[in-house]
Formats: sequence, C-alpha cells, structure tokens
Amino acid sequence: MENQEKNHNIKKVSVICAKGNLEDVYAALVLANGAVMDGLEAKVFFTFFGLDAVIKKRMNKLQTATVGNPALRMPNGARMPKLLGLIPGVQKMVSNMMKKQMDELDVPPVDEFLDMITAGGGEVYACKLAVDMFKVSKEDLSEHVSDILTVGEFYEKASGEDAQIIFT
Amino acid sequence: MEVTEEGYLQDFNEWNEDIAKELAQEEGIELTDDHFKVLNFLREQYQQEANLTIRKVGKSGITDIKGFYKLFPGGPLKKASRIAGIPKPTSCV
Repeated sequence: MENQEKNHNIKKVSVICAKGNLEDVYAALVLANGAVMDGLEAKVFFTFFGLDAVIKKRMNKLQTATVGNPALRMPNGARMPKLLGLIPGVQKMVSNMMKKQMDELDVPPVDEFLDMITAGGGEVYACKLAVDMFKVSKEDLSEHVSDILTVGEFYEKASGEDAQIIFT
Repeated sequence: MEVTEEGYLQDFNEWNEDIAKELAQEEGIELTDDHFKVLNFLREQYQQEANLTIRKVGKSGITDIKGFYKLFPGGPLKKASRIAGIPKPTSCV
C-alpha cells in the first residue's frame, strides 16, 4: 500500500506534442494513455506539426522519417543505408512496418488511441497558433479534440498540485 | 491469503469469489455481475498467457473501454488484475 501511494505522487500529467513524426506522436500518446491507465489526470496538447495527429485526414497516415534518422535499422538489425531512405515509397513502407509491429503489441492506430485516452477521462487539445498557422478549421479536427487553446489557457489547464508537463 | 508487496495474489489458484470481494473492498469497489464477467475474462486470458491490455478488454465484447474505466475507476487494468487474482500487468498500453 505504501508503494501505491508513492506511485501516485504525480496527480496530473500534461503532454505537449510538437512534432508530427509517427514516433513522436506515439510517445505523447503512450505517456498520456499510461497516465490515464494509472488513474492520473491527463491532458495532451498538440501544436505545430504535432497537430497532424488530430487532423482527421492525416492522423492515421503519420510516418517515421527515413532521412535524417540515424537510429533507423533494417529488420536484420543492420543500419539502414542513408540513400535508401530517399527512394520514393521507402518511408511509407518503413512507417507501415512500424505500425504493424506496434499493432502486434496492442498499440492502436492514432484515432483509436485518442479514443482510449478520452474514454478514460483524458483530454485532448489543439494549439490555437498552430491551427491558425496551418489554416485548419475545427471541422478538420478529430472529435476527440475538446478545445482549441492559447498557450495561457493550456497553462491554466496544466496547473495544479503535483502536476507535471512533459514535452515530447 | 498470500499477496505480493503490491497486494497482488501470490497463487492464481487460491482465488475465489469471496477473495475477489475482499480485494475489491480494499479498492473501494462493490462487485457486481458485470465486474465478475471482466474478472473471469482476465483470468481466462491470463491462463492463455495473453499480454493483457486495456485495448484487449475493450475488444472483448464484455465491456467497452469507457465501461471498463467505470467498473474499476482510477486504474482499471491494475485494479481489475489485482481483484482477479492475477499478477500485476506489465504492458505500457
């Protein structure tokens, strides 16, 4: 019991996702969903290119970068040759492989992940500046986005006792 | 009954409905038939060595994810696993 109390020192987690790469979005979603799963209050704030994760037409088509990603490896564990990443279709293929592997571990597609987070009481927000900058309308955004916030409004939502803000 | 440091039952076979009720009480949950359906599902899955996730429970046909959170508020997979007498879940989703 003492252990459980120790785990619950953090009461609230707010995750900021500013990048639209598959892995950056997933990092944010796993952190937020993990917080919800543990009974913590969780909020995710999508900004700049991270906004793609809540744009209906784009959310399930995110990709992982095959150019400028030195950690990328082939299925046999060897480093992926840099020029290979430039070939048309390779980035899509690599991204699909990542998605398949994650699905095997029960990591859902982005829309379903947002569904899981909100089903558990987590909240999803979009950044006003990014929405204006990319000329996106509210209708383009996922139904799971409960509001479009300014940075000040985000801080209001993210504040509280034992609250943490994580930037992925 | 013997439990781990975190309160999870040591022996899967020691579990019965009374023990479940007792564990549930510690979590502040009054068990209903709907709870037991989930608990039995978790025990079956555990026996089949499935990696348990909230998503799997949501796709079980017994309850959806929202319903799972309602039945076991504040950490459904952990709490339900503890009440079901299976080890602490190790999944990140």
